[in-house]
Amino acid sequence: MRWGVIQFPGSCDERDALHACEIAGGEARLVWHEERDLEGIDAVVVPGGFSYGDYLRAGAIARFSPAMEAVAEFAARGGPVLGICNGFQVLCEADLLPGALLRNEDLRFVCRQVELQVGQLNPPEGTQSSIPRGETLSIPAKHGEGRYWAPEEMLDRLEANGQVVYRYAPGQNPNGSARDIAGVTNEAGNVLGLMPHPEHAVDAMTGSTDGLEVFERLAKVAA
Amino acid sequence: MTVETSKYRELGLTDPEFELIVEKLGHEPNDVELAMFSLLWSEHCAYKHSRNLLRRLPTEGERVVMGPGENAGAVDIGAGYAIAFKVESHNHPSAVEPFQGAATGVGGIMRDVFALGARPIAILDSLRFGELDSVRSRHLLDGAVRGIGHYGNSIGVPTVGGEIYFEAPYEHNCLVNAMCVGIAKQDEMVRAAAAGVGNAVVLMGASTGRDGIGGASVLASAELGDGDEAKRPTVQIGDPFEESKVLECCLELLGKGLLVSLQDLGAAGLTSSAAEMASAGGVGIDLDVARVPLREADMAPFEIMVSESQERMLAVVEPAKVGEVLAVCEKWQTGSAEIGTITDSGQVRVLRGEEVVGEMPVEALVDGCPLYDLSPAEPDGWIYGNRVSLAADAPAGEALLALLGSPSIASKRWIFEQYDSIVGSRTARRPESADAAVLAIAEAGKAIAVSIDGNGRRVACDPYAGTVEAVLECAQNLACAGAEPLGLTNCLNFGNPEKPVAAWQLDRAVSGLADVCTALGVPVVGGNVSLYNEGPEGPIYPTPVVGMVGELPDPEHSAPSAFAGEGDAIALLGPFMPSLAGSELAKLRGELEMGLPQPEIAAVAAACATVREAVRAGVLASAHDVSDGGLACAIAEAAIGAGAGCRVDLQHLRERGCSPEEALFGEGPGGFVITGERAQIEALAGDGVAVLFLGKVGGDAIEIAAGDRSIALPLADAERAWRSLAV
Repeated sequence: MRWGVIQFPGSCDERDALHACEIAGGEARLVWHEERDLEGIDAVVVPGGFSYGDYLRAGAIARFSPAMEAVAEFAARGGPVLGICNGFQVLCEADLLPGALLRNEDLRFVCRQVELQVGQLNPPEGTQSSIPRGETLSIPAKHGEGRYWAPEEMLDRLEANGQVVYRYAPGQNPNGSARDIAGVTNEAGNVLGLMPHPEHAVDAMTGSTDGLEVFERLAKVAA
Repeated sequence: MTVETSKYRELGLTDPEFELIVEKLGHEPNDVELAMFSLLWSEHCAYKHSRNLLRRLPTEGERVVMGPGENAGAVDIGAGYAIAFKVESHNHPSAVEPFQGAATGVGGIMRDVFALGARPIAILDSLRFGELDSVRSRHLLDGAVRGIGHYGNSIGVPTVGGEIYFEAPYEHNCLVNAMCVGIAKQDEMVRAAAAGVGNAVVLMGASTGRDGIGGASVLASAELGDGDEAKRPTVQIGDPFEESKVLECCLELLGKGLLVSLQDLGAAGLTSSAAEMASAGGVGIDLDVARVPLREADMAPFEIMVSESQERMLAVVEPAKVGEVLAVCEKWQTGSAEIGTITDSGQVRVLRGEEVVGEMPVEALVDGCPLYDLSPAEPDGWIYGNRVSLAADAPAGEALLALLGSPSIASKRWIFEQYDSIVGSRTARRPESADAAVLAIAEAGKAIAVSIDGNGRRVACDPYAGTVEAVLECAQNLACAGAEPLGLTNCLNFGNPEKPVAAWQLDRAVSGLADVCTALGVPVVGGNVSLYNEGPEGPIYPTPVVGMVGELPDPEHSAPSAFAGEGDAIALLGPFMPSLAGSELAKLRGELEMGLPQPEIAAVAAACATVREAVRAGVLASAHDVSDGGLACAIAEAAIGAGAGCRVDLQHLRERGCSPEEALFGEGPGGFVITGERAQIEALAGDGVAVLFLGKVGGDAIEIAAGDRSIALPLADAERAWRSLAV
């Protein structure tokens, strides 16, 4: 398993993501934002941070980077892509994932450990979680623009298709996301984005190892 | 041409200082020279009222890698690595414009740390505002917290800890002190001294604009008062994205060995960076302002020299390596320009193309400013006033609720949740989960603990004892994490040193700092002085803020501050002798007056060593130092954090000769609330370290027997009061 972690100027969590990929299993390398070549990479992670400063809308500039053009082609071929926090925002801006991330309901940045419920009815082939249904993951969230939003009919469709793969557990929604949605996939199931940070939940020393589930899920798509 | 008297006075120079400048130059200074002298001879840059005092501080130790005089201090952490750290103030900018003031305070202290070649891995803040019933204080708090979060979160450095107090004397002059901690490979670190005649001077990072002109002299070295709104243009605007690029760029340049020396541009911009680099290296420097990338084309040479535009670094580079340096800057999409040369002239020469627009001896600029001795005088009594918010005869349970709900003691969750505390994957103890932040240092196979402390109210009561207590509190916080102190940084926030009372406070506080650091064997490796912190209603509480870094063998062996297990024994360890003098309770009752008991430093140090070893050995289930609000608050905090009640009896503490009220709410150094297996923790007594068994963890109430002042408070009520802080 060879992971590629995209590095934009302004990325913050790229080293954490690199480390998490290695713990999850395999080799990992950074992919500079000007690179177009993803040759030999089995799965891509678009990490958290403030790509290009995010002074416009979060992720609005990063989607035009050369590396993201390559990621779009990679995703179209069925390659597994994980977007975390800013990466989720970038993937939504790039139309690789449905919906949008708006400013948190209380207009403040929030950093907090949250409980996530995993899975859905009828998840796409190969993307089932190893976690039994009903169990929760403890993963930290940290963002100022993490309120998931999509039109009602799109939300209905996402739920019907099994594309809502992570929800904040009752009472845990930190940002006012629609229907407590924390993470979604594309229709094919190979592109996954979530606001909480699984790469910060891969070591008991820093609080939790529950984030490994997310990386394992992606590895299954790659396999 | 004669310089008008009003002009140099407006820039903060006295008549004799101006005459001395004329004498050293041999002629009257032109605009460029006057601007540069006025900044470098300001209190902020020249420490002219504090330098003599600071000589008292111990600065050496076998673990010291870099001490005062460098951009930041650094201590050896083993395996070829060093931990760099420094605290600095950004008080007056934050009082004028809290969001940008606090944001650029964080940006500035980070540049100091990566200027050494250290990657920033943590930020801590020490904040002071007026009471929260004031609209102004809530505005300043909200802006400063958002500003700190904006900068730290965006650049990807975790804010792992801090402290905050709300007191009326800070109403007009809030304090925003930021501390940064970084890690460096020792063989890649650089000093700030310029070297190598003929080497190039390269300016990197943001372009230079008109922001922050005169910040050091106008804003940082004078009292606040009417017309502060008009000073808003002297506050700089932060751009964390630019800083993150400059940071990565500088670390790559240092990793490749391309720089001779590196210095950040902070207060007084190019003026101080260039002059201080030249001074430290014993060389001269030529700078061509025509080559400085500008935001506005028509800037005058003096404006370019004093601009405090943020996110800029100055490097000395061997001529053959300049091309490679510029290429790395281009990769990181950050600005770079070769703007000057190192010379052997001993002069700072400012050129505009071929024209010399300013020429001054380095020595006169950097070391020529006269140093002033203070004229201290002890005040006759308490000068800060008292306000009653709790009746002296209020029942003990009511007093405990009032204390838990007072903003200085209440949970700071509303604040620290606005900061990313985990980026970097090192944070083993997050805010409020332990007395000190704990960060894994896998590079050296160990961990560090970091704490920042300082209680201005207690320092106001007794500047000497209060300052000693601040350092002891840091040491106690580190002990709870199982850490041994390696070094200390400090920021001395005081009033106008030209006034006798502030001078006395400063003098006594520095003596306290020197004595306690010497006694503990903790070197002071860096710091910052912020004077003239006064508003229309008088000076702030004298506020020395100390940040301490310690090491521990294993990040997984640090104690939480909350109780951990039902049925665990609760004990008080250490030479704690509670007194209501200067306490939070005395504040609420409006009973503040001068005087604190004198701390027994050696006894506290012994208790710290015992707790540290017990934590490392895994004997303690929890450890929390007794601080604001006394033992009752320390116990309540540990209970609320655990969601578990407790039943304790303070009878044995009263045998030390204190009243029930003092036992509950009295403050002072040296106390630890520890939990664990009873026989094991009682076995910690000895070698002059006392351990008093108090009771057990359990139930859903906080029950504290203290004679006629006993308390039985439902845990939920205590928690509601403690979680009441929000703006």
